[in-house]
Amino acid sequence: MNCVGIDIGSTASKVVVLGEKEIRFVLPTGWSSKDTSRLIKDKLVEAGIDVHDETTKVVATGYGRVAVEYADEIITEITCHGRGGRELVGGECGIIDVGGQDTKVIILENGMVRDFMMNDKCSAGTGKFIEVMANRLGVDLEELFELAKTGEKVSISSLCTVFAETEIISHIGEGKKREDLAAGIIDSVAEKVAQLCRRMGLPETNILTGGLSDNKYFAGILSKKLRKEVKGTKEGRFAGALGAALFANELVKD
Amino acid sequence: MADYRKMWEELGMDLETHDQLCEVLPQAFGDVYLSQENRPESMDYYNMVVADIHGIRPAELVAAQKTGTKVFGTFCVYVPDEVIVASGAIATGLCGGSQFWVPGGEKVLPTNTCPLIKASVGARLDATCPFFRIADMYIGETTCDGKKKAWEILGEDVPIHVMDLPQMKRAKDIKAWEDEILTLKDVVEKETGNTVTFESLKDSIELINNKRRALERLYNLRKNENVPISGRDVLLISQIAFYDDPGRFTQMTNKLCDELEKRVQDGVSVCQSGDKRIMITGTPMAVPNWKLHQIIETTGGIVVCEETCTGTRYFEHLVDENSNTFEGQVEALAERYMNINCACFTPNEGRIEDILRLAKEYKVDGIIDVNLKFCNLYDTEGYLVERGMREANIPVLGIETDYTDSDASQLRTRIGAFMEMLR
Repeated sequence: MNCVGIDIGSTASKVVVLGEKEIRFVLPTGWSSKDTSRLIKDKLVEAGIDVHDETTKVVATGYGRVAVEYADEIITEITCHGRGGRELVGGECGIIDVGGQDTKVIILENGMVRDFMMNDKCSAGTGKFIEVMANRLGVDLEELFELAKTGEKVSISSLCTVFAETEIISHIGEGKKREDLAAGIIDSVAEKVAQLCRRMGLPETNILTGGLSDNKYFAGILSKKLRKEVKGTKEGRFAGALGAALFANELVKD
Repeated sequence: MADYRKMWEELGMDLETHDQLCEVLPQAFGDVYLSQENRPESMDYYNMVVADIHGIRPAELVAAQKTGTKVFGTFCVYVPDEVIVASGAIATGLCGGSQFWVPGGEKVLPTNTCPLIKASVGARLDATCPFFRIADMYIGETTCDGKKKAWEILGEDVPIHVMDLPQMKRAKDIKAWEDEILTLKDVVEKETGNTVTFESLKDSIELINNKRRALERLYNLRKNENVPISGRDVLLISQIAFYDDPGRFTQMTNKLCDELEKRVQDGVSVCQSGDKRIMITGTPMAVPNWKLHQIIETTGGIVVCEETCTGTRYFEHLVDENSNTFEGQVEALAERYMNINCACFTPNEGRIEDILRLAKEYKVDGIIDVNLKFCNLYDTEGYLVERGMREANIPVLGIETDYTDSDASQLRTRIGAFMEMLR
């Protein structure tokens, strides 16, 4: 028996298998969620897991969840992140998911999602913002964070990714240092995420999931801004897929 | 379907652009409405009215104008139809609910204006809606800053009278609204050449009250555990209420209610067991804005109540029918209309109390509080609504959206997660 959780995000797709086989892997989503879901199926077959087998249950989540034709059930990423977060740090916590196209804050109480919020205005405060800005500075994400650690933050006030990019360009034009801009960019994203968190009222224990989940630097800035513990963990990236796999396990029990 | 091209042409419409709208509407209506299972048979009337939305009713209005009847276009539930009808004129709602009209509005309005205002201005200036062409005069009101300034722009193209709506509810504000109603009376009398009398006002108060009674009857039926009609269908009916002939609308809606009462007796329901009962609160949904209802009702929810201008704010509270004098009637009108709780008032605790009351009456599982993008008033009040609901342990999801489909997939995720949370 195998329980497969597939989280097709806008940037990366994450897979967690629980049961006889315990595997997890991640691959870029690319431009077609359908192709990605087929690729995942092939990878699972390679690992000896047949998604069509009766003893295998598949739950799909993430923005591309409907593209997974072989899923037994489709559950939103908010519920799956909640379930995954509960597994990782317990049933009383806040889950901060900085995703590729949106950022979510989920509050768990007694192991259940009590409330959640998602950025709806624009891509400021999401992974997309960091990606666009890193491109502008001509570095990759890892390099951006490394640079930021050594910089003095330049304040970036624009609320909008497009305008913020213009603002960065004018800073570059003024000859500001790259590391200072990098620090400003990260701080601006953290501030947007923190704003969302403040509207929710976070509990004492919080976990970072999504692409930045094991980024200690980012978790540190958020903790400082929120004056609450925000844990960065390696498993955080798989929280949605893990939650989906756990729901798949419940399907087996049913 | 009859051919209305000649009428549209005579109304000075941009037929080529209008054709594009006529092409997309049937598809949208089919997807949202005709795909539903187990619809009440009496919905046929509303299907017909909306299928020919730019034909049947506009033709009636044009025919009435040919016999000397005036048509007034209105944009807000605070504008008293009774006064217009009492002058022998016809009142018709004019709010735009389609993205189709938004670019037209953006030619003259800032982009960060709410889509309802942009669509309404666009529909007039681009000449792509017969109702906006037919109306002899528009009646505006001072509910929000966006509208106030929009009237000045629209006023260059069409005669417009603006009612000054107070934004507090002290005794002197209600008195001020009474004065505004009297001014409206003078305006419609001048435009129509008819006099608003005690008798004609008595009749129109009764006529419009009966429309409210029919809508209330319809809403009451949604309180049943077996919901006999979908939220989408009720939304459509509410939207049609704004522009249909009030007497006929009341009759058809009561006929529908007869059928729904039978459904309730027979235990017929349009939802599945496990569907969550949702109330929508917030900004109006002008025709053909069916976006949120469609998403909610295809992700495991059933909309059982709308605390919106296209919902309870439109029909709750009757005008007192027992006034013995004309002055008494006007006072009764002012009191009834000032009972509506819109976010343009401060303070506005009455609205939170309304929502809490409705949540109980309709036994809702959760509330979706929605504001049209760039509606500062409802967006800001959303904070108080959400806090009030949380204190009462009623799950609430706040959403900001517009007429585009660009956020449909994100909305599906958020609303889907909300439904999962309620399970």
